[in-house]
Amino acid sequence: MSIAFVRTADAPLLPAPPTVVGWQAALRHRFMPTPLSGVASIVVGTLLVWVLWTILDWALIRAVFVAPDRVLCNAEGAGACWPFIGEKLLQWVYGFYPHSERWRVNIVYLMGAVSLAGLLIPRIPWKGWNAIFFFVIYPVITFFLLLGGRFGLTYVETSQWGGMLVTLVLAVTAIVTSVPIGILLALGRRSEMRVVSLLCTLFIEVVRGVPLVLVLFMAANMFPLFMPPGVNPDKLLKAVIGTALFASAYMAEVIRGGLQAIPKGQYEASQALGLPYWKMMGLIVMPQALKIVIPGIVNNFIGLFKDTSLVTVVGIFDLLGIVQSGFNDPKWASAQTGNTGYFALAMIYWVFCFGMSRYSMYIERKLNTGHKR
Amino acid sequence: MASNAQFAVEMKSVNKWYGQFHVLRDINLEVKKGERIVICGPSGSGKSTMIRCINRLEEHQNGDIVVDGIPLTANLKNIDDVRREVGMVFQHFNLFPHLTVMENCTLAPIWVRKMPKAEAEAAAMKFLTRVKIPEQAQKYPGQLSGGQQQRVAIARSLCMNPKIMLFDEPTSALDPEMIKEVLEVMVDLAQGGMTMLCVTHEMAFARQVANRVIFMDQGQIVEENEPNEFFKHPKSPRTKLFLEQILH
Repeated sequence: MSIAFVRTADAPLLPAPPTVVGWQAALRHRFMPTPLSGVASIVVGTLLVWVLWTILDWALIRAVFVAPDRVLCNAEGAGACWPFIGEKLLQWVYGFYPHSERWRVNIVYLMGAVSLAGLLIPRIPWKGWNAIFFFVIYPVITFFLLLGGRFGLTYVETSQWGGMLVTLVLAVTAIVTSVPIGILLALGRRSEMRVVSLLCTLFIEVVRGVPLVLVLFMAANMFPLFMPPGVNPDKLLKAVIGTALFASAYMAEVIRGGLQAIPKGQYEASQALGLPYWKMMGLIVMPQALKIVIPGIVNNFIGLFKDTSLVTVVGIFDLLGIVQSGFNDPKWASAQTGNTGYFALAMIYWVFCFGMSRYSMYIERKLNTGHKR
Repeated sequence: MASNAQFAVEMKSVNKWYGQFHVLRDINLEVKKGERIVICGPSGSGKSTMIRCINRLEEHQNGDIVVDGIPLTANLKNIDDVRREVGMVFQHFNLFPHLTVMENCTLAPIWVRKMPKAEAEAAAMKFLTRVKIPEQAQKYPGQLSGGQQQRVAIARSLCMNPKIMLFDEPTSALDPEMIKEVLEVMVDLAQGGMTMLCVTHEMAFARQVANRVIFMDQGQIVEENEPNEFFKHPKSPRTKLFLEQILH
């Protein structure tokens, strides 16, 4: 028999069978491809329904929505105590900032939100001016506006700040400063100059090897040792600096991971074109490295945002601190007050963190230039 | 050292080591302006290392290298000056994946030569047309074929108006059907009078454009000759063996 073969007519193109396409196929494929996973789907599904129902029952069905004080919330079988949140919400947002001066906080919130939106939404123009405003002018305005004592504004010392205001001041400052410092530390650690690399490595390893709580304690108590006698910086400022340095050390390692993923050829091509070191890093290496580590960077942001709640231990009333302080209000102390407060707090933190997470995924998709190496 | 103005590249008694390993042994090479040189040899023979010394991607430990009249020493300014005059094309293209083809081409003229953006873009378009891919200017490298990427890489180098072009195995990473389009661009460059040093195993290319073929083995220049003689009458037994292996 001959091994020669010549196709004379094309094989017909057939539609896919129903086991491959259609919603029944999708359903079977996702939830019960085998009998065992079918059982697993049912068990997990039941568990999920039960958990959701329990939360729903507590948060909505048995919940108290209107009450002048704790009496109704304290009743047998009562669920979430929402009036407590309603009464305390403004305090969560403004801390102990004087009532008559809250407009200053509002301006800070508004300017921050508008400017940040302008930076984050790609379609909005004037990115350069916006960045200068957000990273340079806005912090200065915020500083003078919130602290006061000048330009005819009443002085409001930082111990009166609190709640969301403190959480955002801490988190935003730490997030914004940790990236540039982290970049410098990462470059320094990889530097061929031994002294630079040694110093950066030392800083990163020391700061990373200590719990944030300890960094905060040390910032609060040991900082004055490094200052001239009699100078003791503000408590909040010390916490901000401690958090920012801590975050920078973590950021440095994430960014170093990105740097290591850039092939040697990128450096060589840049050098061959005559680009000096900082231009090579700024135009070629960093943009690619940072893009690779966006998930890690945002992971750090999210962790950092939540870690700011640790400042309660040095006596700063951030969002968590202010929520907890409300539990002691004799008007509202009830069996469900704590649960409701923590539940609402969890949702607030979650909204911020989930927002960051979704935005980072959006940016990752946007920056994908379809390159394969 | 006194340099002769007619030479684009002069290497005198150049030696280089990787740790204990002696990769370049007493390299002496003079390349005249406008001359086209093809360098071949077995892998690990030091061909890439040698041309990478010319724009200081590799540092030599002793001997002198003078490029376009500028001695290559630890002086950073000299290194920058040399790199500005020497273009390089790599085996793996090394395009910048986060930038479009146009941005790849205009980056160095704008940031190193301080050329206005519009002028840089016009020049880039001219060179992209010369390598026959002006229509790809707004795409990202990842969207192009290997042959197209390598042609962009050549255009990117040309945008700096280099006096000397180095090619480090420019066709070795390409699928066979794309080698021709890259070689055509290189031939076109050669015919335009560019000084070229090419590490390549494309012997047809060597025959067509080279003034001189250099054979390297174990870190040394073993034989050099004009192409016809080199291929017809190789003198060293090592050259003969190498040619037998690649020209079946």
